[in-house]
Amino acid sequence: MRTILFLLQKEFRQIFRNRSILPIIFVMPLMQLIVLPLAADYEVKNINLAVVDHDHSPYSAQLCAKISGSGYFRLVNYGSDFKTAFELIETDKADLVLEIPAGFERTVVRENEDKVFIAVNAINGVKAGLGGSYLNRILNDFNQDIRLKWMQLPRYNPMPVVEVTSSVWFNPHMNYNFFMVPGILAILVTMMGSYMTALNIVKEKEIGTIEQLNVTPIRKHHFVLGKLIPFWVLGMFVFSVGLFIIARLIYGIVPLGGIALLYGFLAVYLLAILGLGLLISTYCDTQQQAMSVTFFFMMIFMLMSGLFTSIDSMPIWAKGIAYLSPVTYFIEVVRMIVLKGSTFTDLKIHFAAIASFAVVLNTWAILNYKKRS
Amino acid sequence: MKQFIIFIRKEFKHVFRDRKTLLMLFGLPIVQIVLFGFALTNEINNSKMVVLDYARDKGSQELIAKLESSRYFEIEKNLLSDKQLEAAFREGKIKTAVIFPPNFYHDLMHTNKTQLQVIADGTDPNTATTLVNYIQTITAQYQQQVMGQTKLPYRIVPELRMLYNPELKGAYNYVPGVMALVLMLVCVMMTSISIVREKELGTMEILLVSPFKPLLVILSKAVPYLIVSLVNLAVILLLSVFALGLPVNGSVVLLVSVSTLYIITALSMGLLISTTTASQQTAMLLSLMGMLLPTMLFAGFMFPIENMPLPLQVISNIVPAKWYYIIVKRVMIKGLGFASVWKEVTILFVMTMLLLGISLKKFKIRLA
Amino acid sequence: MIPYVIKADKLTKQFGDFVATNQISFEVSKGEIFGFLGANGAGKTTAMRMLCGLLTPTSGAATVAGFDVYKQTEQIKRNIGYMSQKFSLYEDLTVLENIRFYGGIYGLPARELKAESESLLEKLGLQEQSKKLVGSLPLGWKQKLSFSVAILHRPQVVFLDEPTGGVDPVVRRQFWDLIYDAAENGITIFVTTHYMDEAEYCNRVSIMVDGCIEALDTPGGLKTQFKAATMDEVFYQLARGAKRQAD
Repeated sequence: MRTILFLLQKEFRQIFRNRSILPIIFVMPLMQLIVLPLAADYEVKNINLAVVDHDHSPYSAQLCAKISGSGYFRLVNYGSDFKTAFELIETDKADLVLEIPAGFERTVVRENEDKVFIAVNAINGVKAGLGGSYLNRILNDFNQDIRLKWMQLPRYNPMPVVEVTSSVWFNPHMNYNFFMVPGILAILVTMMGSYMTALNIVKEKEIGTIEQLNVTPIRKHHFVLGKLIPFWVLGMFVFSVGLFIIARLIYGIVPLGGIALLYGFLAVYLLAILGLGLLISTYCDTQQQAMSVTFFFMMIFMLMSGLFTSIDSMPIWAKGIAYLSPVTYFIEVVRMIVLKGSTFTDLKIHFAAIASFAVVLNTWAILNYKKRS
Repeated sequence: MKQFIIFIRKEFKHVFRDRKTLLMLFGLPIVQIVLFGFALTNEINNSKMVVLDYARDKGSQELIAKLESSRYFEIEKNLLSDKQLEAAFREGKIKTAVIFPPNFYHDLMHTNKTQLQVIADGTDPNTATTLVNYIQTITAQYQQQVMGQTKLPYRIVPELRMLYNPELKGAYNYVPGVMALVLMLVCVMMTSISIVREKELGTMEILLVSPFKPLLVILSKAVPYLIVSLVNLAVILLLSVFALGLPVNGSVVLLVSVSTLYIITALSMGLLISTTTASQQTAMLLSLMGMLLPTMLFAGFMFPIENMPLPLQVISNIVPAKWYYIIVKRVMIKGLGFASVWKEVTILFVMTMLLLGISLKKFKIRLA
Repeated sequence: MIPYVIKADKLTKQFGDFVATNQISFEVSKGEIFGFLGANGAGKTTAMRMLCGLLTPTSGAATVAGFDVYKQTEQIKRNIGYMSQKFSLYEDLTVLENIRFYGGIYGLPARELKAESESLLEKLGLQEQSKKLVGSLPLGWKQKLSFSVAILHRPQVVFLDEPTGGVDPVVRRQFWDLIYDAAENGITIFVTTHYMDEAEYCNRVSIMVDGCIEALDTPGGLKTQFKAATMDEVFYQLARGAKRQAD
């Protein structure tokens, strides 16, 4: 037991003495937590629209006014030349072009039907899809307005209407930061934990001090604990600062669920992720290797974790990969506890999964860590 | 010149002898393309929905069938109590709930008006909005269907054309992004580490006292990563053309030359990091924490830059990936020529010169 | 009653087809300074790592401080000190912190640890530098400190792997004073070296060639046996025949 204390003292000294690593451990993740959620806003708004109006009639003017008034679109150009508008799409200044044909008003009124053309820059498929459907809906509304004007509609509404009332739970103001902040916090804690552990041990290998430790009577598990505990504590600390200072003060996010539950999960999760770092370190001899291997896995874990894209929409094989990554569970749990106030009963499976990760990764790492060859 | 080649050969040996690093160098781009191409999508498919059908009539059944036949939803019919419904949301089992009131169809037919209640999990606001949107659209279609095929007068028919990406594939957006990300990360991290490593192990001194120009020592460290990156570029392009069916519409020569410029930008950045740091750990963490997330976010392929607060929009301008991403989209997908990207190319070029200038200056100071 | 502190009997280590040490046998008694010589690549470090419990032997038997190198490596570790070729103190810890750390690892009680570290600093004349980072010390100091740390817990044997590489003759002399000091206190010294003048300081010397021990005697005995004036000549005669290239 005393051995561990000596090991811990040494690790903490080394960590706190290193003036170049320290800011990276503490400041960078927190800085990123402050900045990134502001940047990671995926809401589709501010769609840039260029209108090509060959008609210049009251109708075309009304339609334009209706579109700009909708709040989704920003009219960047209004002209009568399609080529100019298309160039705006090519240079990314416009996302959509709406072309109103000549004689539009007259054709609609006299021949009961006319077409308008919409060209969408579809490289970003989601934005294109949503932009197109918003515009469609506005056109529909406009169409309705015209009809009401020309048809003497009876007072009662003869058309059957299904009125859809929607309510949003857990995040009624639809604040995107509420979704991103817990996720980014989870990723940052994960990256810090796995990297620091993997690199720290491999560094001792590289400079040769590990051999000195190997001839001492230190037990394997003492050594491993001596490495895990400091980073476990740091992970807890960084998470707390992120949760209580940044998330609460800057973004006003107050966890709905139990703090104890959240920390309980974090405690187990950190064990798992530090175990991963440990495992990687047992397979690598140089820091460069450790970094590459850790990065490789972190990248996959991060992309598959549901941080940015929904896991439900993935094909089955990809879902399989996603749930083989501890990060996925952590992000889900942090979001569930913080935003939905989920309780232990809701998270049983997550707890079981993350505990197995912790056990498997650490056991594997300890078995693979050789004091002798 | 001969010495230079000897040095480069040495660096190549370092790079290729280390299998685990190779995993990162060549495995990463492939894995990313596969994941972005096949696994990750911003679309929403098979979202889990629970339907509380208190009507159980013709109308509700028809509408449920319509919802079910769309690929967006995976429907479970279950009359949950309020408590159970909340629990299901909290456990994350469902993302939306649709509640049909009793007499749904009867009301629709006889009073011409009925209600459909939708509840969405707002944890992820985008998903929630999109799902509600889908439900509204499907309901509107159903309404149309009920109304019959009567042709309305005064119709405005929108004709929608999706430019460049008619099938709205995610890959069109992601592939240029992955190119920007992978090239940047591999170059920055690998060069900075390999230089700092020699510093840390003391071999740098040996190289610097050799009759070889210090500048060339540094250059010889960058060349292998330049070549590795070009190979990666080729792999990404081949994968995207043959596996993802994403064509290169513009000039391949232009694309490759601009990419080379971008790679050099990244290498200079790696060089700069290496001259300002003393340990591999610092170099790594700096290039990682400082590069990975910012590049991912500010390149603009995951999150639209125009949505960001103004200060961040300004900051995004100093991220080289942003400019490269714009160039790749224009050249590769839109098929435009140099005339449309000269501004962005100039910016990258100036950035490279600045980075190279600063790092060489720092390097010389350190030697003096 | 243990007659020998180290006893090796046909100790062998094979890496694939390569026989790094081939059936080496020798004994070292308590308080002896045992020189373990050999050209680069002769198998010295391998042999030493087996005795320290860092490597499992392929065949043969050996005991260190009475403990078996196969089964009782943990007990061995408690009773030995080790100083490797690579400098193995933490450069980013201070002198005192390093002493305390290693002492603590070996389970020295707090009071004893405090007293020991003070006397050690005094003996090395490092009181002034005790709060300095080890990385800032000159190499000679680092090596003397490493050695002192390696015997801090009063092991029965201390293994020194080329402890004096890269330092000047004066510092080497001081280093050997420390070694004699330790041997007088009953610590057995097992040392590898490339310096033949250092070999002369040893009680007995073994010389390894291509994984086998080719000669083992006192320095005087070896010189007589090989009809040589200096240990240098003895070593040269033996090592000349080596087939393995240095690594």
